[in-house]
Parts: sequence; C-alpha cells; structure tokens
Amino acid sequence: MRIALFITCFNDTLFPATGRATVRLLERLGCEVEFPQEQTCCGQMHFNTGYQRECEPLVRRFTEVFADYDAVVTPSGSCAAMVREYHGRVAELSGDARLSAAAQSAPKVYELSEFLVDVLGVTDVGAYFPHRVTYHPTCHSLRMLGVGERPLALLRAVRGIDLVELPAADQCCGFGGTFAMKNADTSVAMCADKVAHVLQSGAEVLCAGDNSCLMHIGGVLSRLRTGVRTLHLAEILASTEEQPPADAPPPPSGSRCTTPAAEVKSR
Amino acid sequence: MNDTTFLGMPAFPSAAKSALDNAQLRRNLAHATDTIRGKRAHAVGELDDWEELREAGRAIKERTLRHLDRYLIQVEERVTAAGGHVHWARDAEEARRIVIDLVQATGEREVVKVKSMATQEIGLNEALADAGISAYETDLAELIVQLGQDHPSHILVPAIHRNRAEIRDIFVRAMGDYGTAAPAGLSDDPHALAEAARRHLREKFLRAKVAVSGANFLVAETGTAVVVESEGNGRMCLTLPDTLISVVGIEKVVPTWRDLEVFLQLLPRSSTGERMNPYTSTWTGTAADDGPSTFHLVLLDAGRTDTLADPIGRQALNCIRCSACLNVCPVYERAGGHAYGSVYPGPIGAILTPQLRGTTSAVDRSLPYASTLCGACYEVCPVKINIPEVLVHLRARVVDDSRRRRIPTPEKLAMSAARWVLSHPSRLAAVQRAGSAAGRLAGRRGRISRLPGPLSAWTETRDAPAPPTETFRAWWRRNR
Repeated sequence: MRIALFITCFNDTLFPATGRATVRLLERLGCEVEFPQEQTCCGQMHFNTGYQRECEPLVRRFTEVFADYDAVVTPSGSCAAMVREYHGRVAELSGDARLSAAAQSAPKVYELSEFLVDVLGVTDVGAYFPHRVTYHPTCHSLRMLGVGERPLALLRAVRGIDLVELPAADQCCGFGGTFAMKNADTSVAMCADKVAHVLQSGAEVLCAGDNSCLMHIGGVLSRLRTGVRTLHLAEILASTEEQPPADAPPPPSGSRCTTPAAEVKSR
Repeated sequence: MNDTTFLGMPAFPSAAKSALDNAQLRRNLAHATDTIRGKRAHAVGELDDWEELREAGRAIKERTLRHLDRYLIQVEERVTAAGGHVHWARDAEEARRIVIDLVQATGEREVVKVKSMATQEIGLNEALADAGISAYETDLAELIVQLGQDHPSHILVPAIHRNRAEIRDIFVRAMGDYGTAAPAGLSDDPHALAEAARRHLREKFLRAKVAVSGANFLVAETGTAVVVESEGNGRMCLTLPDTLISVVGIEKVVPTWRDLEVFLQLLPRSSTGERMNPYTSTWTGTAADDGPSTFHLVLLDAGRTDTLADPIGRQALNCIRCSACLNVCPVYERAGGHAYGSVYPGPIGAILTPQLRGTTSAVDRSLPYASTLCGACYEVCPVKINIPEVLVHLRARVVDDSRRRRIPTPEKLAMSAARWVLSHPSRLAAVQRAGSAAGRLAGRRGRISRLPGPLSAWTETRDAPAPPTETFRAWWRRNR
C-alpha cells in the first residue's frame, strides 16, 4: 500500500513537530510513508471564507499530487473533512469534467486516528507519555468526520498517561478559521469557557487532532500564563520512553519551543 | 464601510460585541439555552427511530418544495371550497396592505394576535399601528416583548433575554397603557406574573372581533391550517373572534395528514423538549356556528421563491421554526438574538435572512460569517438542514458580490495572495522562510504577543506561536 502524508500547509509552516511525529509514529507501526513535496494546501481557508474561485487551483493541485496513492493520511480533522466533503463540490463548480472525475476517484483521505484504528487496526501504538492529559474533540473531526471514540481509545492505551475528562468537551472552542478574526470578540468569549473547562479538568496538557483549534485555545492558555500546554494527538502517540517529544531539534533561544511536553517535564 | 442597515442594525460582529458585555443577558441566555438543550436531548433520546423521523421530515419537505406550485394551488382550491378566502402576497409590502385592508373592511380598530414569525417578518404590527389599528400580542413572551417595546431574540422564547425581575418591571410599567393594569404589589413570582398576564389578556380575548395568526403547517389535501402552541392563547384567538386572518409563508405546505404526523412528532421534541405540545389547533375554512365566520389566508412569498431557485440554499425552506439550532449554537448562546438583526436569529437566521432579504446590507452580509461552522446546528435539526453547507455557500455569494467592486477589499487581496503562494510549493517555502525569520525577531519564549495590522485581531486576546526554525518540508528534505 502506497501511503502519502498530507501534512497540511498550516502544520508544515507552524507546527512541523506534528508532522515529524506523524512520520515517526507511522514508521514505528511498520508503514512506509511518503511526503509528496508538490503538496501545499487543501483550500479550506479559501472555501470556508467564500473564496471558492481561489480554492479551485488548490483542489486541482491536491488532486494531482495525491492521485497515485492508495491512501492519504493527515494529522488534521478539518483538512480531512474539507477534502472529503467539499473537494467534489469545488471540482463540480469549476465546470471541468476531468477535475470532477479526478476528485471522485481520488484516494481516501484519513484523519490520523481513523487511519490507525480503521486501516492499521491498532489502538495500542506503543506510546509512553506520563502526563495528565485532557482531550478536546474538534468540531470537524467530531461532526463532519465522525471520528467518535477513536482518539480516546488511542490515548487510553498510552502507557503512563493520566487521561482526564474535559467538561463540556463537545462545545466548539470558537476558532472557526477566519471567524477567529472576523468575530474575534465572540470567538474569545467561546474560548474563555473552553479554557475554564480545561483548567477545571486539572490537565497539564490539552490534546486535540487539529493544531488550528489548539493554536486558538493555546493562545489564550499562554496569554493567561496558565502553564497548560497544547499538544497534537500525533505527538503524544509518537512519544516513547526512549524518544519523548523532546527528540525534536532543540530550538535556538528566542524561538518557539517545538516540544511543549518536554518543557512541562523539565520544570 | 456603512455599518448600518435599513433596520438600523449594525453588522453582526459589532452588535455581538455589545451583547457580550451584557452580564445579565449572558447569564439569562446560558441558563435558558442549557435548560432547553437538556430537555430536547432527553425527549429525542426517548425515540429509537429519531434518525428515521428526521430523514422522513427532510424528504417530505424536499418533495413538497419540488412540487410547491401544485400544492399551493391545491391549498387555494380547498380553502376556497371550505368557505375561506385566499390572498397572494408577493412581498412584505403587499402582505401588509392586504391585512390592513381586510381589518379596515371589518370596521374594527384592534386585533389580537397569535405568536407568528411571518407577521413579525413583514413588520405587520408597526404597519397596523400606522393605519390606526392596535395589534395585541397574546403569547406571554410576545406580550413581554411588546410591552417592553423590545425586539424578540429567540424564535420559540422571544423574551429569552429577560429574567423574571425584568418582566415584573415591564408589567408594572406598561400593562396599564395597553389595557388592564398589573395588580398592585406585583411580585416577580412566576405564578403571579402569569396571573397578571392572564387578567390582562382575558379582556382582549373577550372583546376582539378580529384575530391575526400565522400557521405552522398548511395541509394541502384538505386546505387545513395548523397552529401548534403551549399556552392556549392561540386557541382563544383562533376560535373567539368573528374574523381570522392568517399570514403564512408558502413553504409551510405539507401534502397530506400522514405527512403532518411526522412533523407533529419532530416539532415539539425539538422545540420545547416535550413529547407533545399542549395545544394543536386545526381549521379548514369556516364552519357554521363554530369559530370565526370569516377566514382569510394570506400566502406570503417575500423572497421564498428566490430561495427555492437556489439548489443549495433552498434547504433553508425546510425549516419548521423549532429553534433547536439556536439552543445548541455556541455563537447564539453568547451573542444573543438581537445581534442577528432579524426576527430569525441564530444559525437558521444566518442562512434564512440573507436569502429572504438579500445581501445588500452590512448586517445581512455579515450573517453567513456569524458561525464557526461547528456543525452542532446540523446535528440537531429535525429536518436535516445542512446549515454549515448553506453558510459557506452564502459566504461565496457575499464574496462574489464584492468582486464587482472596482477597488478590491483587503481580504480579497490577502486571499488572492494566499492562493498565489499556495499554488506552488516553492513559493510557499519562500514565504515560510521569510515568516520564520520575522517570527524569530518578534517572538519571545516561543510566543508572539503582538502582531501588526489586521493580525492584531488575533493577538489582542491570544498569543500566537512564533514560527519554528525549520518547516516540515525542510526537515523532510534534509532527512530523506
């Protein structure tokens, strides 16, 4: 099986540790993965903001880049949902019959937890992460993809983890892509409640399957100096006793620490 | 940019901003929506065929809308045959004119009203007042809104933004101006408030010669109108006066009584979280010595035919006004109903209003963006309206409208630039390198607390991550 990684432009640019963790995890589980370097973006920001015309070349590129693979894996629920729900629509709107046909016969895009549980058939991925963690189910993974219990099943099997429940977990965090900017006040009002619930859970790490939502919640957690870190599901699942998230190259002084969990540990 | 509309309402973000600062409103809304959410979840959880019911509701609506012309003519034939009169209103203006003429023809100067979204949509009460006719709302919550010279903020619970202390003050202050005054020493006890409303309204019911209502459904096969309610005030209005005028949107038609059965299960459970609503009134034209002797049905288009012409947007016409989407919406829960600048607030309002009114005003253009696309609304909708799908579709309409402007919006420029960058990996890599360098300068301890220009909307309240030293693609190239 030829497996392609769709890292997403957002993770590629801002959260590369998630991409590296995804590679490490899948290779540890015996998969051979490729990162087609011609990939860029699924077009979600353009599509969801109403720029469907600008979205079309991105859908075209995505469809071409991944056409020859058997499966595509991505560490993002919302990007997976964009491809599965709306690439067909964008292709149809373009009026290009060849693009429509290509989008229809494109390989399935799996969100990471779906790929692990449904395709590889594993829930215990051999991870070790001795921290108190709470999990926020992001809206698109929960309601568009319907990942259900998969991420929680994966987390429960992590050795050493203290997985605690997040109150009102299914409530949106208020990110919503450009909503976070266009309706910044309402967005942050929603995040205030999410942050209150995270603090109530007593977790030291907030985990989710989308770095976009985590950047939003994490942005408030950081601004308020709560000391609670955010970490993508892939990074917890990739973590082992020998190779905790700290294996990432140490950031030069003044730059973002790409291994928040390590920072928590080193305190 | 002009920030006001023909309704004098600001665009959603600024209206929401002031609502967010209202502590009383936030508390009332959070408490009320949480309570109704719980009741609904319980009532729906009792049925193991809920998903089949939802699918049946959706399918019936879709089929009916596909043949709406035929069913509407059937309604007209049956209502006329049963002694009623049918009027067709292209728009709000025409509907108001028809109702005013009908009331004036009776010689009466006052009407009692059953809670009705359609008459609010067309601004009927204000038009009647201008014509010298007093319209009295008889639904308890609508009465509170009317006495408070306020606007409804919820489809089902129009006074959801008020608590009982505020309601008591409104009753004491305003009831006397409209009729029977509030009793001396009125407390904010719910029973006392209900009793005061009952005494105030009883006088209106017994005196009224004309009633104005809407309808939840119109059964085409018999020409029967249906009103579903909780308080019994509707039953009084529909049966006591001599003349009944019902203003009904053309999308309210269901073909048969068998179809109606599906919606009578879906609506109360989704709406009030009850297995069945207390009062269901049905009437077919007029009957000798029973109920009103004259019945007028005003069929309202007002943008519905245009909505029907849009293959994606038309599903908004499935709506049965249950308001389940409002109660689960995290944006509605915080911003409240008034921020939506329409009688239809919440997620359904965000897709219905811009279609019925168009996207020419600032508030109507802002409504499709008043959502995080979290999808909670779609999950509970009893007729399976894919609200996020329609929101995104309407956003594209707003953007396409703005493309006609000679000077592109800053957002359009940013989106075009992003498309150019993302259309090729080497361009993306170049921008990533530049961003990383700038980020290292701006970031402290991995976080950026101030970003320039429009990005400051983010950092005003949230830290941003400083870009990493190495992107994923650079790492991959270095290692593979």
